[in-house]
Amino acid sequence: MLHTVNKSSFERNSLKSCLNIIDDTSVILLIEDGVISAAKNTNAPMIADLAAQGRVYALQGDVEARGISSKLADNIKLVDYAGFVDLVVEHGTAVSWV
Amino acid sequence: MTTKKFMYLNRRSSFGTVYAIESLEVVLIAAAFEQDVSLAFIDDGVYQIVEGQNADGIGMKNFSKTFHALGDYEINKLYVSAESLEQRGLSSNDLMPLVYEDEDDDWAEKPSVKVVSNAQLSKIMSEQDVCLSF
Repeated sequence: MLHTVNKSSFERNSLKSCLNIIDDTSVILLIEDGVISAAKNTNAPMIADLAAQGRVYALQGDVEARGISSKLADNIKLVDYAGFVDLVVEHGTAVSWV
Repeated sequence: MTTKKFMYLNRRSSFGTVYAIESLEVVLIAAAFEQDVSLAFIDDGVYQIVEGQNADGIGMKNFSKTFHALGDYEINKLYVSAESLEQRGLSSNDLMPLVYEDEDDDWAEKPSVKVVSNAQLSKIMSEQDVCLSF
């Protein structure tokens, strides 16, 4: 499954809720303010293990808009909108943690 | 007209919600009425003034450039929470170099952004007549 998270983990608990539920084969795509969780900050440990397994993606346009391109945590994979579509196709059911 | 001290409290990042740009609009209105305006950036609000934002990829207006105009409206008190920056792995070096020209000092260019502790911010907040939260 593909899980998209669009809220900052400093402001809402959507990422935490998502992490509590997802199975071992799911991947997470951080979009909109969700990409704040892709930066090297005190919330980075939340997704470090998943990222190390190559299962955390972030939408490039949203990362650039927030000026955090040079501050990404390790192992975050950047995708563009076409990459977003590929993830949807590849992982079947998508859940949006709004 | 009576001058009051207005503080605008910015707590959210730029593009995920409409709060940030709306705050900036209201700040400029207050400036037009020649009020004593200061801005505070706490929590994800600190992302509003991070240097190097590029909104081309999301088809939205990069209004962060507008912050550079605040100095010309005599808005030169921008307080940033040190704790909020640190939590997000950011420092003052990651913020836009916003400046104003000091008319009392031969128009010397001076920085508008001050990184302060939450305790200092709390004191500055208590000295305001009006605090508006966005």
